[in-house]
Formats: sequence, C-alpha cells, structure tokens
Amino acid sequence: MIINHPLLGPRDAAEFTYLGDASLIDRPDWQAEDAAEAFYDYAYLRDNPAGEHKELWYHEAGDRSWLVVTRDTTTHEISKVELARDVARARGRSK
Amino acid sequence: MHDLVAITALGGTTPRVDTVAGVTCTENPSVALASVAARRGQEAKAQAALAKLIDASAPDVEQHAGGTIAAFWSGPDQWMVEAPFDSHEDLALQVKSAVGDTASVTEQTDAWTRFDLAGDPLASVLELLCMLDLRKISAGSVSRCSIHHVGCFVLCRSSEAFSIYGPRSSAGSLHHAIVTAMRSAL
Repeated sequence: MIINHPLLGPRDAAEFTYLGDASLIDRPDWQAEDAAEAFYDYAYLRDNPAGEHKELWYHEAGDRSWLVVTRDTTTHEISKVELARDVARARGRSK
Repeated sequence: MHDLVAITALGGTTPRVDTVAGVTCTENPSVALASVAARRGQEAKAQAALAKLIDASAPDVEQHAGGTIAAFWSGPDQWMVEAPFDSHEDLALQVKSAVGDTASVTEQTDAWTRFDLAGDPLASVLELLCMLDLRKISAGSVSRCSIHHVGCFVLCRSSEAFSIYGPRSSAGSLHHAIVTAMRSAL
C-alpha cells in the first residue's frame, strides 16, 4: 500500500504506523458538564464502517508528521491524504 | 581539576574513517546544530529571519540551503540549522538572537552524529540502507528516513557527497549499517 504524503509524495505504508479513527482529533472539553460521558464515548465507542473511513496515520519512519488518510476499508483504496494539522485547524482547533 | 578527554560519538579520540573501494565514510563531529520551529502566526517572519541568517531563502520541503551557516527542512515551518562547531559552538544562541520571538530554538549539537559519505557509486550503497527514491534525489535535497531502524536525515550535497545525521546514541549501530552496506555493495 502506498500513501501519497501531501508534502513528500508517495511513500510506502511500511514507513507509517496506524493510530485509529480520525475522530480522535475531536477531544472533548474536560470541563464540560457531560465530560465523563463524552470521554467514555471518545475513548471506547467507535464506528466500524465497511467503506470510506478517515483515520490517523503517523509517518514514523519519515518526517514524523500526522496524517488524516481517507481509506476504503473494503478495498484499501486511499482517496485522500491530508496533514492532520490542517484538518485540526479547519475544525477550529488551536494546535 | 578534572582531566577530561573529548571523544567522538563512536568513542574514538579522532573521527573514524572507513574506505571501501571508492567510497569513504567519515565520522564528522565538528558540526554544531540547532533546531528552529516557527511559532504559530509568525511563520513568515521566522522564515525571513532564517533566510537572513543563512544568506539564502529558508529551505522548502525536503531541501537544504545556506553557506557557512546552513539549514535543512525537517517539517512544516521547522528546520535544522548546521554550522562548523569551531566557529559556532554557541549556534543555538546565535540562531535565537536571529529569530527572536518568531520561533523556538533548541540546541541539538550533541543529540546527533554525522557521517559523510563521499565517492562513487553512492547510490548503490544508499539503496541498501534506506527506502528513498534515489532517482528523485539531487544536490540540495534532504529526506528523513529509517536506516537500520534508526531515524536519520539524509542530505544530498552532490551525487558524490551525502551526509547522514542519526541520533548520537545510535552512532555505533548506524556506523555498522553504513559500513556493512558499503562492503556489501562495493
């Protein structure tokens, strides 16, 4: 499997490690009223789609960047690769 | 008074030099390093300050540039600055005074060890060591990759001169990998 890194170009998937669902970017507010429930949901409840899935990959054996990879879980076809930094900022996150 | 002896990353009192056929691998301890990470919202100012320091525009993705003080790209809005140790022992301080509050600077001199590869054919040695697309690599490019499971920077200075930076604590393993590849390929 080849991941087309947005800055570095096509790189072998062996250079990357997989973290999980890209929704991990949306960490709940720990000060919110429903923080306990929100963190339970955040930590344990995952969608398990057969099809398009956004996931976090880490370029460990490369430039150490975090990526959001959109991959079809049934075919492994990768349709989109973005820097996790850009995705998080687009969602209004400060870091 | 302590009577301390300076040693290189490989433990010698002089830098290690290994030659196999036409290729030489030289341990290079005489380089000072500092990393620069632009602060958020200050990226353009940090780039301008870095450009002034290295007397060349701040290196773009996977590039290196500069003269006596040079810099290479290590990530988005992030660079490593390198200079001769003898004249720039306090490199981090010099870089910090150049970039001011636009970027964060970290001393990196003794965190890394550098091996300079010179000769021909270097591609046949490097293709055993790393997964880089060597056909795409030309003078001025730099890539971060794994060599022997060690995260390294590979700088191409010309087709017959490469520098490899690896963590100093893994200097022995990295040196073993390079020399083994040289013996195997040449």
